[in-house]
Amino acid sequence: MSTAPETPAGAPGADAGEMSYVYAVGREGPALDGLAARLAGVDGRPLRPVAGGGLCALVSPVPADAFSERGLAAQMEDLDRLEAVARAHHAVVDAAFAETSVLPMRLATVYLDDARVAAMLVGQRDQFQELLGRLEGHVELGVKVYADPRAAATAPAEPAAATSSGAGAGRAYLRRRQAQQRDSQDVYQAASDLAARAAHLAEGVASSRAVHRPQQGQLAARAGVNVTNEAYLVPRDHAARLHRELAALADGAPGVAIEVTGPWAPYSFATAVVAEGADGGGPR
Amino acid sequence: MSTDLVGGVLGESEPRSGPPVALIDLLDRLLNGGAVLTGDLVLSIADVDLVHINLRAVIRSITGEEPGPW
Repeated sequence: MSTAPETPAGAPGADAGEMSYVYAVGREGPALDGLAARLAGVDGRPLRPVAGGGLCALVSPVPADAFSERGLAAQMEDLDRLEAVARAHHAVVDAAFAETSVLPMRLATVYLDDARVAAMLVGQRDQFQELLGRLEGHVELGVKVYADPRAAATAPAEPAAATSSGAGAGRAYLRRRQAQQRDSQDVYQAASDLAARAAHLAEGVASSRAVHRPQQGQLAARAGVNVTNEAYLVPRDHAARLHRELAALADGAPGVAIEVTGPWAPYSFATAVVAEGADGGGPR
Repeated sequence: MSTDLVGGVLGESEPRSGPPVALIDLLDRLLNGGAVLTGDLVLSIADVDLVHINLRAVIRSITGEEPGPW
Protein backbone atom coordinates (compact mmCIF):
# COMPACT_ATOMS: atom_id res chain seq x y z
CA MET A 1 0.00 0.00 0.00
CA SER A 2 1.45 3.28 -1.07
CA THR A 3 1.79 6.02 1.43
CA ALA A 4 1.88 8.88 -1.01
CA PRO A 5 1.65 12.22 0.72
CA GLU A 6 -1.85 13.58 1.02
CA THR A 7 -2.90 15.92 -1.70
CA PRO A 8 -4.16 19.05 0.00
CA ALA A 9 -7.94 19.02 0.00
CA GLY A 10 -9.37 20.78 -2.99
CA ALA A 11 -6.07 21.00 -4.78
CA PRO A 12 -6.70 21.06 -8.50
CA GLY A 13 -5.12 18.18 -10.29
CA ALA A 14 -3.28 20.48 -12.61
CA ASP A 15 0.14 18.93 -12.18
CA ALA A 16 1.49 18.47 -15.66
CA GLY A 17 2.71 15.01 -14.70
CA GLU A 18 -0.66 13.80 -13.52
CA MET A 19 -4.12 13.29 -14.89
CA SER A 20 -7.49 12.68 -13.27
CA TYR A 21 -8.87 9.15 -13.24
CA VAL A 22 -12.65 9.06 -12.77
CA TYR A 23 -14.22 6.07 -10.99
CA ALA A 24 -17.82 7.01 -10.49
CA VAL A 25 -20.25 9.91 -10.48
CA GLY A 26 -23.00 10.54 -7.96
CA ARG A 27 -24.85 13.41 -6.38
CA GLU A 28 -22.82 16.00 -4.57
CA GLY A 29 -23.04 15.67 -0.80
CA PRO A 30 -21.44 14.41 2.38
CA ALA A 31 -21.66 10.75 1.37
CA LEU A 32 -19.22 11.04 -1.53
CA ASP A 33 -17.07 13.60 0.27
CA GLY A 34 -16.70 11.19 3.17
CA LEU A 35 -15.89 8.28 0.90
CA ALA A 36 -13.24 10.27 -0.90
CA ALA A 37 -11.63 11.13 2.40
CA ARG A 38 -11.08 7.54 3.39
CA LEU A 39 -10.64 5.58 0.16
CA ALA A 40 -7.66 5.08 -2.09
CA GLY A 41 -7.65 4.55 -5.83
CA VAL A 42 -5.26 3.08 -8.37
CA ASP A 43 -1.82 2.55 -6.86
CA GLY A 44 -3.10 3.61 -3.47
CA ARG A 45 -3.35 7.25 -4.45
CA PRO A 46 -5.85 9.26 -2.42
CA LEU A 47 -9.30 9.94 -3.80
CA ARG A 48 -10.79 13.39 -3.99
CA PRO A 49 -14.29 14.59 -4.73
CA VAL A 50 -14.67 16.82 -7.78
CA ALA A 51 -17.98 18.68 -7.81
CA GLY A 52 -19.92 20.31 -10.60
CA GLY A 53 -23.55 20.87 -11.49
CA GLY A 54 -24.79 19.33 -8.25
CA LEU A 55 -22.86 16.16 -9.05
CA CYS A 56 -19.65 14.76 -7.66
CA ALA A 57 -17.03 12.57 -9.30
CA LEU A 58 -14.66 10.36 -7.34
CA VAL A 59 -11.24 11.03 -8.80
CA SER A 60 -7.65 10.11 -8.08
CA PRO A 61 -4.43 11.30 -9.66
CA VAL A 62 -2.64 8.96 -12.03
CA PRO A 63 0.69 9.47 -13.81
CA ALA A 64 0.14 11.12 -17.16
CA ASP A 65 2.69 8.95 -18.93
CA ALA A 66 1.25 5.69 -17.67
CA PHE A 67 -2.29 6.69 -18.69
CA SER A 68 -1.60 8.20 -22.07
CA GLU A 69 -2.84 6.06 -24.93
CA ARG A 70 0.57 4.47 -25.34
CA GLY A 71 1.10 4.17 -21.61
CA LEU A 72 -2.23 2.53 -21.06
CA ALA A 73 -1.63 0.09 -23.90
CA ALA A 74 1.68 -0.82 -22.30
CA GLN A 75 0.03 -1.37 -18.94
CA MET A 76 -2.55 -3.61 -20.53
CA GLU A 77 0.23 -5.84 -21.84
CA ASP A 78 0.43 -7.15 -18.35
CA LEU A 79 -2.44 -9.15 -16.95
CA ASP A 80 -1.33 -8.52 -13.39
CA ARG A 81 -1.36 -4.78 -14.01
CA LEU A 82 -4.76 -4.93 -15.75
CA GLU A 83 -6.08 -6.83 -12.75
CA ALA A 84 -4.59 -4.34 -10.30
CA VAL A 85 -6.20 -1.38 -12.08
CA ALA A 86 -9.50 -3.22 -12.47
CA ARG A 87 -9.63 -4.23 -8.81
CA ALA A 88 -8.70 -0.75 -7.63
CA HIS A 89 -11.42 0.71 -9.84
CA HIS A 90 -13.96 -1.78 -8.56
CA ALA A 91 -13.00 -1.26 -4.92
CA VAL A 92 -13.84 2.42 -5.20
CA VAL A 93 -17.08 1.83 -7.10
CA ASP A 94 -18.17 -0.93 -4.76
CA ALA A 95 -17.49 1.08 -1.63
CA ALA A 96 -19.31 4.10 -3.00
CA PHE A 97 -22.22 2.01 -4.21
CA ALA A 98 -22.62 0.50 -0.75
CA GLU A 99 -23.43 3.95 0.59
CA THR A 100 -25.06 5.94 -2.15
CA SER A 101 -26.23 5.87 -5.74
CA VAL A 102 -23.36 6.14 -8.17
CA LEU A 103 -22.85 5.68 -11.84
CA PRO A 104 -19.72 3.58 -12.45
CA MET A 105 -17.41 4.67 -15.23
CA ARG A 106 -15.77 2.35 -17.73
CA LEU A 107 -12.25 1.22 -16.86
CA ALA A 108 -9.52 3.84 -17.35
CA THR A 109 -11.66 6.93 -17.83
CA VAL A 110 -9.09 9.68 -17.63
CA TYR A 111 -9.24 13.48 -17.95
CA LEU A 112 -6.40 15.94 -18.22
CA ASP A 113 -7.26 17.56 -14.90
CA ASP A 114 -9.97 18.13 -12.32
CA ALA A 115 -11.19 21.31 -14.02
CA ARG A 116 -12.13 19.29 -17.08
CA VAL A 117 -13.89 16.71 -14.92
CA ALA A 118 -15.91 19.48 -13.26
CA ALA A 119 -16.76 21.02 -16.62
CA MET A 120 -17.90 17.62 -17.87
CA LEU A 121 -20.18 17.21 -14.84
CA VAL A 122 -21.73 20.64 -15.37
CA GLY A 123 -22.20 20.06 -19.07
CA GLN A 124 -23.72 16.61 -18.72
CA ARG A 125 -25.67 17.04 -15.53
CA ASP A 126 -29.04 16.28 -17.09
CA GLN A 127 -27.88 12.99 -18.57
CA PHE A 128 -26.21 11.99 -15.32
CA GLN A 129 -29.24 12.88 -13.26
CA GLU A 130 -31.49 10.90 -15.57
CA LEU A 131 -29.24 7.83 -15.39
CA LEU A 132 -28.83 8.12 -11.62
CA GLY A 133 -32.58 8.38 -11.22
CA ARG A 134 -33.17 5.33 -13.34
CA LEU A 135 -30.64 3.21 -11.45
CA GLU A 136 -31.55 4.48 -8.00
CA GLY A 137 -32.42 1.73 -5.55
CA HIS A 138 -31.30 -1.00 -7.93
CA VAL A 139 -28.45 -3.48 -7.95
CA GLU A 140 -27.07 -5.71 -10.66
CA LEU A 141 -27.04 -9.50 -10.42
CA GLY A 142 -24.97 -11.62 -12.78
CA VAL A 143 -26.41 -14.95 -13.91
CA LYS A 144 -24.33 -17.53 -15.75
CA VAL A 145 -25.48 -20.97 -16.85
CA TYR A 146 -23.02 -23.78 -17.55
CA ALA A 147 -23.19 -27.11 -19.32
CA ASP A 148 -20.67 -29.77 -18.36
CA PRO A 149 -21.23 -33.02 -20.27
CA ARG A 150 -18.26 -34.64 -18.57
CA ALA A 151 -19.81 -34.10 -15.18
CA ALA A 152 -23.02 -35.64 -16.46
CA ALA A 153 -21.09 -38.60 -17.85
CA THR A 154 -19.98 -39.57 -14.37
CA ALA A 155 -23.59 -40.24 -13.56
CA PRO A 156 -24.43 -43.95 -13.64
CA ALA A 157 -24.75 -45.15 -17.21
CA GLU A 158 -26.40 -48.27 -18.49
CA PRO A 159 -24.26 -51.24 -17.56
CA ALA A 160 -21.73 -52.24 -20.19
CA ALA A 161 -22.72 -55.32 -22.10
CA ALA A 162 -21.05 -58.42 -20.78
CA THR A 163 -20.35 -59.67 -24.26
CA SER A 164 -16.69 -60.14 -24.91
CA SER A 165 -16.86 -61.32 -28.47
CA GLY A 166 -15.49 -58.99 -31.14
CA ALA A 167 -18.75 -58.06 -32.74
CA GLY A 168 -20.44 -57.62 -29.38
CA ALA A 169 -17.66 -55.36 -28.11
CA GLY A 170 -17.93 -53.27 -31.26
CA ARG A 171 -21.63 -52.86 -30.84
CA ALA A 172 -21.16 -52.06 -27.16
CA TYR A 173 -18.65 -49.38 -28.13
CA LEU A 174 -21.05 -47.85 -30.62
CA ARG A 175 -23.83 -47.93 -28.07
CA ARG A 176 -21.61 -46.16 -25.56
CA ARG A 177 -20.62 -43.52 -28.12
CA GLN A 178 -24.21 -42.90 -29.03
CA ALA A 179 -25.14 -42.70 -25.39
CA GLN A 180 -22.37 -40.17 -24.78
CA GLN A 181 -23.55 -38.02 -27.67
CA ARG A 182 -27.10 -38.28 -26.41
CA ASP A 183 -25.93 -37.34 -22.94
CA SER A 184 -24.08 -34.35 -24.30
CA GLN A 185 -27.09 -33.19 -26.26
CA ASP A 186 -29.23 -33.75 -23.21
CA VAL A 187 -26.89 -31.67 -21.08
CA TYR A 188 -26.92 -28.74 -23.52
CA GLN A 189 -30.67 -29.02 -23.75
CA ALA A 190 -30.88 -29.05 -19.97
CA ALA A 191 -28.63 -25.98 -19.79
CA SER A 192 -30.79 -24.20 -22.31
CA ASP A 193 -33.89 -25.06 -20.29
CA LEU A 194 -32.19 -23.90 -17.12
CA ALA A 195 -31.25 -20.60 -18.75
CA ALA A 196 -34.84 -20.11 -19.85
CA ARG A 197 -36.14 -20.79 -16.36
CA ALA A 198 -33.58 -18.39 -14.90
CA ALA A 199 -34.55 -15.68 -17.36
CA HIS A 200 -38.23 -16.19 -16.61
CA LEU A 201 -37.64 -16.00 -12.86
CA ALA A 202 -35.39 -12.93 -13.13
CA GLU A 203 -37.60 -11.05 -15.53
CA GLY A 204 -40.42 -11.23 -13.06
CA VAL A 205 -38.37 -9.04 -10.75
CA ALA A 206 -35.82 -7.20 -12.87
CA SER A 207 -36.42 -3.89 -14.58
CA SER A 208 -33.76 -4.45 -17.22
CA ARG A 209 -31.52 -7.14 -18.67
CA ALA A 210 -28.07 -6.98 -20.28
CA VAL A 211 -26.38 -9.76 -22.21
CA HIS A 212 -22.65 -10.37 -21.98
CA ARG A 213 -20.64 -12.72 -24.13
CA PRO A 214 -20.38 -16.23 -22.74
CA GLN A 215 -17.12 -16.50 -20.86
CA GLN A 216 -14.28 -18.38 -22.50
CA GLY A 217 -10.53 -18.33 -22.72
CA GLN A 218 -7.85 -18.43 -20.10
CA LEU A 219 -9.71 -16.42 -17.49
CA ALA A 220 -12.80 -18.61 -17.61
CA ALA A 221 -11.61 -21.01 -14.98
CA ARG A 222 -14.86 -22.68 -14.07
CA ALA A 223 -15.54 -26.22 -15.24
CA GLY A 224 -17.95 -26.66 -18.10
CA VAL A 225 -19.05 -24.48 -20.97
CA ASN A 226 -20.63 -21.15 -20.19
CA VAL A 227 -23.77 -21.01 -22.31
CA THR A 228 -25.34 -17.77 -21.07
CA ASN A 229 -23.87 -14.77 -19.26
CA GLU A 230 -26.46 -12.18 -18.37
CA ALA A 231 -27.01 -9.34 -15.95
CA TYR A 232 -30.25 -8.13 -14.41
CA LEU A 233 -31.08 -4.79 -12.88
CA VAL A 234 -33.05 -5.62 -9.76
CA PRO A 235 -34.65 -3.53 -7.01
CA ARG A 236 -32.28 -3.71 -4.07
CA ASP A 237 -34.91 -5.06 -1.70
CA HIS A 238 -35.60 -8.06 -3.93
CA ALA A 239 -32.02 -8.91 -4.83
CA ALA A 240 -31.21 -11.31 -1.99
CA ARG A 241 -34.33 -13.37 -2.55
CA LEU A 242 -33.83 -13.51 -6.31
CA HIS A 243 -30.18 -14.44 -5.78
CA ARG A 244 -31.22 -17.39 -3.62
CA GLU A 245 -33.97 -18.55 -5.94
CA LEU A 246 -31.77 -18.39 -9.02
CA ALA A 247 -28.93 -20.22 -7.34
CA ALA A 248 -31.29 -23.02 -6.34
CA LEU A 249 -32.62 -23.62 -9.85
CA ALA A 250 -29.90 -26.12 -10.77
CA ASP A 251 -30.02 -28.08 -7.54
CA GLY A 252 -29.73 -31.78 -8.24
CA ALA A 253 -29.49 -31.44 -12.01
CA PRO A 254 -26.51 -33.40 -13.39
CA GLY A 255 -24.21 -31.67 -15.84
CA VAL A 256 -25.61 -28.17 -15.54
CA ALA A 257 -24.82 -25.36 -13.17
CA ILE A 258 -25.88 -21.81 -12.48
CA GLU A 259 -23.70 -19.16 -10.92
CA VAL A 260 -25.17 -15.97 -9.54
CA THR A 261 -22.86 -13.05 -8.78
CA GLY A 262 -23.46 -9.76 -7.06
CA PRO A 263 -24.99 -7.59 -5.95
CA TRP A 264 -22.91 -5.36 -8.18
CA ALA A 265 -23.07 -1.66 -8.79
CA PRO A 266 -25.09 -1.36 -12.01
CA TYR A 267 -22.10 -1.47 -14.34
CA SER A 268 -23.94 -3.23 -17.13
CA PHE A 269 -26.74 -0.66 -17.07
CA ALA A 270 -24.65 2.50 -16.94
CA THR A 271 -23.46 2.17 -20.50
CA ALA A 272 -25.33 5.04 -22.10
CA VAL A 273 -22.79 7.24 -23.79
CA VAL A 274 -22.71 10.56 -22.04
CA ALA A 275 -21.87 12.78 -24.96
CA GLU A 276 -20.43 16.21 -24.64
CA GLY A 277 -21.63 18.71 -27.17
CA ALA A 278 -23.05 17.80 -30.55
CA ASP A 279 -19.91 16.15 -31.81
CA GLY A 280 -20.28 13.15 -29.58
CA GLY A 281 -19.67 9.96 -31.43
CA GLY A 282 -22.26 7.25 -31.28
CA PRO A 283 -21.87 4.19 -29.14
CA ARG A 284 -18.51 2.64 -29.70
CA MET B 1 -35.22 -0.98 5.66
CA SER B 2 -32.93 -3.94 5.59
CA THR B 3 -29.36 -3.22 4.77
CA ASP B 4 -27.78 -6.61 5.19
CA LEU B 5 -27.94 -7.30 1.52
CA VAL B 6 -25.63 -4.50 0.58
CA GLY B 7 -22.83 -6.33 2.23
CA GLY B 8 -20.20 -4.19 0.59
CA VAL B 9 -20.30 -1.69 3.36
CA LEU B 10 -16.77 -1.06 3.84
CA GLY B 11 -16.00 -1.98 7.25
CA GLU B 12 -12.62 -3.60 7.24
CA SER B 13 -13.95 -6.01 9.81
CA GLU B 14 -16.98 -6.82 7.73
CA PRO B 15 -15.89 -8.12 4.36
CA ARG B 16 -18.46 -8.64 1.69
CA SER B 17 -20.01 -12.03 2.03
CA GLY B 18 -19.46 -14.65 -0.59
CA PRO B 19 -16.45 -15.57 -2.69
CA PRO B 20 -14.07 -12.93 -3.98
CA VAL B 21 -15.00 -11.35 -7.27
CA ALA B 22 -13.62 -13.29 -10.23
CA LEU B 23 -11.49 -11.19 -12.55
CA ILE B 24 -13.43 -12.30 -15.62
CA ASP B 25 -16.73 -11.19 -14.08
CA LEU B 26 -15.14 -7.88 -13.22
CA LEU B 27 -13.74 -7.39 -16.72
CA ASP B 28 -17.12 -8.22 -18.27
CA ARG B 29 -18.38 -5.16 -16.44
CA LEU B 30 -15.39 -2.83 -16.60
CA LEU B 31 -14.65 -3.39 -20.28
CA ASN B 32 -18.23 -3.64 -21.53
CA GLY B 33 -20.14 -1.75 -18.86
CA GLY B 34 -19.73 1.51 -17.06
CA ALA B 35 -20.61 4.90 -18.44
CA VAL B 36 -18.66 5.90 -21.51
CA LEU B 37 -17.91 9.59 -21.67
CA THR B 38 -17.02 11.44 -24.81
CA GLY B 39 -15.87 14.93 -25.48
CA ASP B 40 -13.05 16.52 -23.57
CA LEU B 41 -11.91 13.15 -22.36
CA VAL B 42 -8.32 12.22 -22.66
CA LEU B 43 -8.79 8.53 -22.95
CA SER B 44 -10.80 5.53 -22.04
CA ILE B 45 -10.14 1.87 -22.51
CA ALA B 46 -12.33 1.98 -25.60
CA ASP B 47 -9.69 4.10 -27.33
CA VAL B 48 -6.78 1.81 -26.76
CA ASP B 49 -5.52 0.10 -29.86
CA LEU B 50 -5.70 -3.53 -28.92
CA VAL B 51 -3.87 -4.78 -31.97
CA HIS B 52 -0.50 -4.61 -30.30
CA ILE B 53 -1.59 -5.89 -26.99
CA ASN B 54 -0.53 -9.34 -25.93
CA LEU B 55 -3.64 -9.56 -23.88
CA ARG B 56 -5.89 -9.02 -26.83
CA ALA B 57 -7.02 -12.63 -26.83
CA VAL B 58 -8.13 -12.25 -23.27
CA ILE B 59 -9.80 -8.93 -23.84
CA ARG B 60 -11.43 -9.91 -27.11
CA SER B 61 -12.88 -12.99 -25.52
CA ILE B 62 -14.66 -10.59 -23.22
CA THR B 63 -15.49 -7.66 -25.46
CA GLY B 64 -15.64 -9.26 -28.87
CA GLU B 65 -14.11 -7.79 -31.99
CA GLU B 66 -16.18 -4.70 -31.80
CA PRO B 67 -17.14 -3.52 -28.35
CA GLY B 68 -20.74 -3.00 -29.10
CA PRO B 69 -23.86 -1.47 -27.69
CA TRP B 70 -26.33 -4.10 -26.71
